[in-house]
Amino acid sequence: MASTIFRSFQVHPFLLYPTSLLGRRNGVLYCTMKTTQSQPATQEKHSPQTKVSSSSTQSKKLNKIAEDYEAVIGIETHVQLSTLTKAFCGCPYNYGSPPNTCVCPICMGLPGALPVLNSRVIAFAVKLGLALNCKLSLNSKFDRKQYFYPDLPKGYQISQFDVPIASGGYIDVDIPVEYGGGHKKFGITRVHMEEDAGKLLHADNGTYSQVDLNRAGVPLLEIVSEPDMRNGIEAAEYAAELQRLVRYLRVSNGNMQEGSLRCDVNVSVRPIGQSKFGTKVEIKNLNSFSSVSRAIDFEISRQVQLHREGQEDQIVQETRLWEEGAQASTKKTVTMRKKEGLSDYRYFPEPDLPMVILSQEYVDDIQNSLPELPEIKRRRYEKMGLSMQDVLFLANDKNIADFFDATIAKGADTKLAANWIMGDIAAFMKNEKLTINDIKLTPEELSELIASIKDGVISGKIGKEILFELLAKGGTVKGLIEEKDLVQITDPAEIEKMVEKVVAENPKQLEQYRGGKTKLQGFFAGQVMKLSKGKANPGILNKILLQKLNSKN
Amino acid sequence: MLSALQTPRSLSRFPLLHSPKPFLFHSSSTCRFSSRPLPYYASLTDQSTPTSTSPPQSQIVNTRHALLSGRVTATELAESYLNRLRLTEPHLKSFLHVSDSVLREAQEVDRKIAGNEAVGPFAGVLVGVKDNLCTADMPSTGGSRILEGYRPPFDATAVKRVKDLGGIVIGKTNMDEFGMGSTTEDSAFQVTSNPWDVSRVPGGSSGGSAAAVSAKQCMVSLGSDTGGSVRQPASFCGVVGLKPTYGRVSRFGLMAYASSLDVVGCFGSSVADAGILLHAIAGQDRFDATTSKQDVPNFIPHFAPVSSLESKPLKGLRIGLIRETLEDGVDTGVVSAIRAAALHFEELGCSVNEVSLPSFSLGLPAYYILASSESSSNLSRYDGVRYGNQVFADELNSLYGDSRAEGFGSEVKMRILMGTYALSAGYYDAYYKRAQQVRTIIRNSFKEALNQNDILISPAAPSPAYKIGEKKNDPLAMYAGDIMTVNVNLAGLPALVLPCGFVEGGTAGLPIGLQMIGAAFNEGELLRVGHIFEQTLEDCRFVPPIIADNVPC
Ligand SMILES: [Zn+2]
Repeated sequence: MASTIFRSFQVHPFLLYPTSLLGRRNGVLYCTMKTTQSQPATQEKHSPQTKVSSSSTQSKKLNKIAEDYEAVIGIETHVQLSTLTKAFCGCPYNYGSPPNTCVCPICMGLPGALPVLNSRVIAFAVKLGLALNCKLSLNSKFDRKQYFYPDLPKGYQISQFDVPIASGGYIDVDIPVEYGGGHKKFGITRVHMEEDAGKLLHADNGTYSQVDLNRAGVPLLEIVSEPDMRNGIEAAEYAAELQRLVRYLRVSNGNMQEGSLRCDVNVSVRPIGQSKFGTKVEIKNLNSFSSVSRAIDFEISRQVQLHREGQEDQIVQETRLWEEGAQASTKKTVTMRKKEGLSDYRYFPEPDLPMVILSQEYVDDIQNSLPELPEIKRRRYEKMGLSMQDVLFLANDKNIADFFDATIAKGADTKLAANWIMGDIAAFMKNEKLTINDIKLTPEELSELIASIKDGVISGKIGKEILFELLAKGGTVKGLIEEKDLVQITDPAEIEKMVEKVVAENPKQLEQYRGGKTKLQGFFAGQVMKLSKGKANPGILNKILLQKLNSKN
Repeated sequence: MLSALQTPRSLSRFPLLHSPKPFLFHSSSTCRFSSRPLPYYASLTDQSTPTSTSPPQSQIVNTRHALLSGRVTATELAESYLNRLRLTEPHLKSFLHVSDSVLREAQEVDRKIAGNEAVGPFAGVLVGVKDNLCTADMPSTGGSRILEGYRPPFDATAVKRVKDLGGIVIGKTNMDEFGMGSTTEDSAFQVTSNPWDVSRVPGGSSGGSAAAVSAKQCMVSLGSDTGGSVRQPASFCGVVGLKPTYGRVSRFGLMAYASSLDVVGCFGSSVADAGILLHAIAGQDRFDATTSKQDVPNFIPHFAPVSSLESKPLKGLRIGLIRETLEDGVDTGVVSAIRAAALHFEELGCSVNEVSLPSFSLGLPAYYILASSESSSNLSRYDGVRYGNQVFADELNSLYGDSRAEGFGSEVKMRILMGTYALSAGYYDAYYKRAQQVRTIIRNSFKEALNQNDILISPAAPSPAYKIGEKKNDPLAMYAGDIMTVNVNLAGLPALVLPCGFVEGGTAGLPIGLQMIGAAFNEGELLRVGHIFEQTLEDCRFVPPIIADNVPC
């Protein structure tokens, strides 16, 4: 556990005041917003899997760019933590709640309200910091970042400035085979804790805006990468690996569509050989890995084009928005706001919160409780002899990896288990829109199924039938085999009887076969299999069938 | 996974806010107090002898004694106080709001006593509350136009604790806007007068609370002290003012001025009352992360009647007289009153030595930089968006600008500007950071001085109460008046101010306050020594002429 000082940070149940007290205008602000602000647009449908894609034309274009220009990409990622309550008050936060229903005097910034840190935020920050191979600050603090905006109730955001809780780490990424493969290491500059702001809801006619403070005070971790990425794919893979990590650690649901994982990307371009960075441009509104990848590649092309035309002075420090048009030609980045000098946030130490003091023992406890992380899992799967494609698929989702691990722990063959999971089971989940936790099949039964096929108890074909039964309804392999009398027939005498019956019942085909139409062997095999209700061992069947077909000659 | 770690939100208001406190008064201690004439009778019925030299006694204890013995009802008591309030208020203007439920609450106390129900130790005690402490059933403006009519949805922890013990909040007292001022002239609503001479200021910023206790409009009152806002008005009005150690009393519900300096403090007409009120409100609060876990000792044994004392009751106590507080710029009348107090300590058996705090003069500039910096941040939430004064505008920046321009007074605006400047990029190191370094030096020099001495003494202010308007247009002169008190806030130490003498002025002289500074969390020692000093001070009765002349009740 943490030191005594740390222990004094406790979670505080806080109650909601009657809604009528909360806002004299029902929590609504009426006024126009002259400043533009990025509004996370809802885009792709729910996609739990992290799959990075990029248009092939852009990739080709990039190859050409790579010859004389180099892009430098850094990413700032905000991860919303899945603590039960907010960072500094006892309000729960549920995405999609009606506006201003998850609020209290503290997260509304009422006069006299004070923040009290939710200790789970520290635990989650330490977890992620360790998982990102960072050095932890045993003594860190909170600071106030000050600016005015209606979604920021206190007029400042509680954040960490000069002493982040974790810094100087790295993340390991395997680039998928289809994008050239390879292993990359990207630096992590820092991880710090902060609170989220509320949301502005702009009226359709643009005459007023409303403030929803449900999200205000929700804990975030901001992860800042080193400028180590060189193209859209690398950046998207970096983001995907971060998503994987936070999901493995169960610190966040990592859902990009709901804004639980938000990436702001900085892109600059410079001629190869130049050591000075080019002017960097920030891109926001990236709601999927593919938009991360596409937006970066678009932005690189745009900047390289300007370089080529001798107009690099047109590249200015600014924030651009990624617009997802319907066609490839309408997907582009557009200027959101130009930065006129650096904003002065007038950071100073947050006087309402004590220092964050971690004991080594507390850190060690968390270190020891970390699950096997994706990178270590991938290397282990690789050593098992699985192909990189299998490795990436299985390790992508912790639940699938856990299922796979449990299956092979029961003694199943590694490669067969991988094939079943990635093949029929994945297809079933996709069709039925289920996750691996929803299916009725257990790792024990999958292992049993694989063994039953391998040992010849059932055929592969029967195996598949049983699998779908198990996926949909559950039960055991043994039970199904017995119940449906599916045990494979391996007794040659029994099979011979069936072969003889089929041969005898099809004299015409026999004659044709013996006349040279040997393709008909398949017909006979099929008939015998049908007669055995699919249970005849195909090897024995074919051996006996050939003997019978050819013996009378 | 998290549910076990986080207490579920409750739907009742702060259900677990305070565990009930042990009953304060044992029958034995009340007996000792009752060995003297009951002061509330003195003030209510014995007004023919206002020059009596009998030392002040606890209004709280005597109220309880009188109520439980049936000599007076809470309703009678409340009526007499309300009558006096009505008579004096047109001259004093100490209250911004007077509760309309005082009599109802008093009747409830009487009903309980009649029905032999238990009543809390503050039953029937009439408490004034500074307007920057949130009260759920009364407006709370902090003396600012920007919060005119604002009603918080919760009670400040200090207020709630007093109410839970049976205290009756009689009203909200006037103050300089958000605590920024030393006279109450910077209240957005009215100027409070000093009961000793209504042409003079009562001090500030808790001027309303001090004047109200002085003029017996209430028995005790709550204030707040950021740079002397309890102690200086206590000195000006001739009452006892207690500034607790930083972290001793929860700031939850106190509208923040400078969070690292703010403390809720107590006013009473006796040291015992200030101590008993402190005991009621002190202690850790899980809604204020900066409150200390330190136990709150029972101060009652310190308030023994003077008859039980030996001849040299403070034998061996080391008193340090801070040399720098008696130098140039301090009124000669103040200096002689403090020197007389030092002599009185020697008579009580103390050793009094002059002690030098070379960093003393650094306190004032450091204080004004730190307090302004923090206030510039703390007051950002008053943006007209969610509550308080909103000036309608069709554009966001005008809404902010106009709401704040109209809502804040000039002193507040000046401090916001100074603080914003001090925190700005490029100035932070020269101002804020340097002021923090000075703060460390001051803290260390106090620590050293308190190693050599048990208690440090000084004037509470360099002058007695001055005329209304005298320093209104000379902010530097007004700031200089805080020299005696700001160092104590920077060091976070407890300090007790009690009247020790008079200088000429007004019709009956003007009271002078003695400041006693103790070690952190050692309020008990200050109260013990202060009580003995007070009870042995002869020929001084601090009843202001406004009620000494004609108290009809
Ligand atoms: Zn809240």
